[in-house]
Amino acid sequence: MRSSTAPASGLRLGVFLLMLPLLLWLLLLILLPHVDMVLVSLRERIGFAEHRFSWMHYELFFTESLYWRTFLRTALISIFTTVLTLVIAFPVAWYIAKLVRGRRRTLLFLACLVPFWVSELVRTYGWMILLRESGVISGLLQWSGLAAEPVEMLYNDVAIMVGLVYASILFMLVPLVTTLDSLDDSLVEAAYDLGGNHLSVARHIVIPHAMPGIVSGSIVVFMLSVGNYLTPVLLGGKDSMWFTEQIFTQFITRFNWEQGAAFGVLLLVLSSLIVWSGLKLTRQSFAETMR
Amino acid sequence: MPPTDTILDLECQQLSKSFAGQAAVDNISLSIPSGSFFSILGPSGCGKTTLLRMLAGFVEPDSGDVRIKGHSMLGVPPNKRPLNMVFQHLALFPMMSVADNIAYGLKRRGTSRSEIARRVADVLERVGLPDVGQRKPDQLSGGQKQRIAIARCLVLEPAVLLLDEPLGALDLKLREQMKLELKQLQQTFGTTFVYITHDQSEALVMSDQVAVMNQGRFEHVASPQTLYYQPATAFVAGFVGDSNRLSGRVEAPGRVALASGRIIHATAAGATPADRGAPVSLFVRPEGISPLLPGQPCQMDNCLDARVSTLLFDGANSRIGALLDEGTELTVRLPQTPEFAQLRPGDRLQLGWMGNQAQYFAAPAL
Repeated sequence: MRSSTAPASGLRLGVFLLMLPLLLWLLLLILLPHVDMVLVSLRERIGFAEHRFSWMHYELFFTESLYWRTFLRTALISIFTTVLTLVIAFPVAWYIAKLVRGRRRTLLFLACLVPFWVSELVRTYGWMILLRESGVISGLLQWSGLAAEPVEMLYNDVAIMVGLVYASILFMLVPLVTTLDSLDDSLVEAAYDLGGNHLSVARHIVIPHAMPGIVSGSIVVFMLSVGNYLTPVLLGGKDSMWFTEQIFTQFITRFNWEQGAAFGVLLLVLSSLIVWSGLKLTRQSFAETMR
Repeated sequence: MPPTDTILDLECQQLSKSFAGQAAVDNISLSIPSGSFFSILGPSGCGKTTLLRMLAGFVEPDSGDVRIKGHSMLGVPPNKRPLNMVFQHLALFPMMSVADNIAYGLKRRGTSRSEIARRVADVLERVGLPDVGQRKPDQLSGGQKQRIAIARCLVLEPAVLLLDEPLGALDLKLREQMKLELKQLQQTFGTTFVYITHDQSEALVMSDQVAVMNQGRFEHVASPQTLYYQPATAFVAGFVGDSNRLSGRVEAPGRVALASGRIIHATAAGATPADRGAPVSLFVRPEGISPLLPGQPCQMDNCLDARVSTLLFDGANSRIGALLDEGTELTVRLPQTPEFAQLRPGDRLQLGWMGNQAQYFAAPAL
């Protein structure tokens, strides 16, 4: 008895020690700040270092149209970004997973990875060089005679979306390549052999098989876009409000931590809600996706 | 083409395909009459898969033509060809139920819903699995998957069904059983089957006609019996069935001298008979050689003294490795009679066979 329990408890200790860094990370960096944020968001400042419980910061989000409209914009643009990223990444992933082999494949994958060695700030600045009034594209248009005067392409929603798609495409590509790679070529051939055309093979064979990759890629891209700060601020400018800007403003400019915390909690809850309803709408389960 | 009185379901004319300068399929012509079971037998890498993929339309030939029921299939994509293929690993769609798998092709044709349901139920009945429609493919056994993969093609009533070594993944017992089932399925449906395999027993048991393929060419196209008893080339003689292969020279027509000087009576075979003095390969099957215990008289064309070197017990297929006095080893089938059960390595015996049991072919010029 004794000899059989000793290794078991030793094993349990080993598992615990192995899990410790992860548990500490989750606890200290994810769970604790969020618990604190919820607590902070639920109090109202009534005097110097005096607080009382209140829902007022949450109420403000729904009553002040600027805030919920900003969130709505953020969510819609992020959803659109996700769809756009998927549409762009799918053919690329198909090409990498199915049409090239060996060295060229590694090179292509590397080419997708290389931009991510550069800081996001520098990459976004690259887009600014291209898109601004005195930038490369504007210059080219004028030089070729397609435009008579400088064209401003920065500081609008399209610019934000371009930047977001660019920033997150890798996170769509990796799960897509992985799932498409595991698709047996003979399934595709069998589908053609039985009379399927490109559209029906994609719809009935390829997409159902790639669904876990599509879902996990979409979740990651959506969450990254909703929570992105740098790209919308730099490429969107003053006219294109992003919800994370509101959080930043509350914390840093207004020094209203309670309001900022409430927005932070709302961002988490609402974007999770969107992901959940997206999964429900497409009849996918989260557990299935992570398998 | 002049019209022939038999309907040809599938024809190939001078079909060739090479990859990177290497000929995979080299000038192959074949014609398969309607309703027959045709096998293409060859070692791996002989080009049989390329040939099959050209028939299915996944590979375009460099030259030559594929005709199905008289219509040229050049430039016709796989989804428009009136033939279907059973893939090596069956390629059942794992995300669909069995019924949806079978219905896939019918749906693509725009068949009505009620018609699809009727035909799916009908074909499931005919392959003997009426109750599995709602299951997923991974809930089926190996043999059931096999039948569903065939049903999925046959429900479309193709002119030709191509099968790419579909029995390869099954275990031995099931494979033996499926051979018979496949043959029965082919007979009940009356569809032309083109079956690709490297397993000679599959080809011999099931086929009406077998084409033996080697290095991109057909060596011999004939019935299984002809392949076995009258092989056209040395390759066929060595590949179909087991054979002992000996090298020698023609001493006189019907007589081959081995390197040791021993004369063997044998039959000349092949398209170009070997000249006197020419090097030849001599083939004699283990089942063509009769072992004789000491004291038994040998009244055959060839009688050779030998010693048992190994005993390979395999039930009904037991064999003896017999060493001739000059050091050549021959494999001999062990008769299932009690006196041979006593045989031990080292025992002496005589080996005898008739001249028509052994064939010799002109050896390829080296």
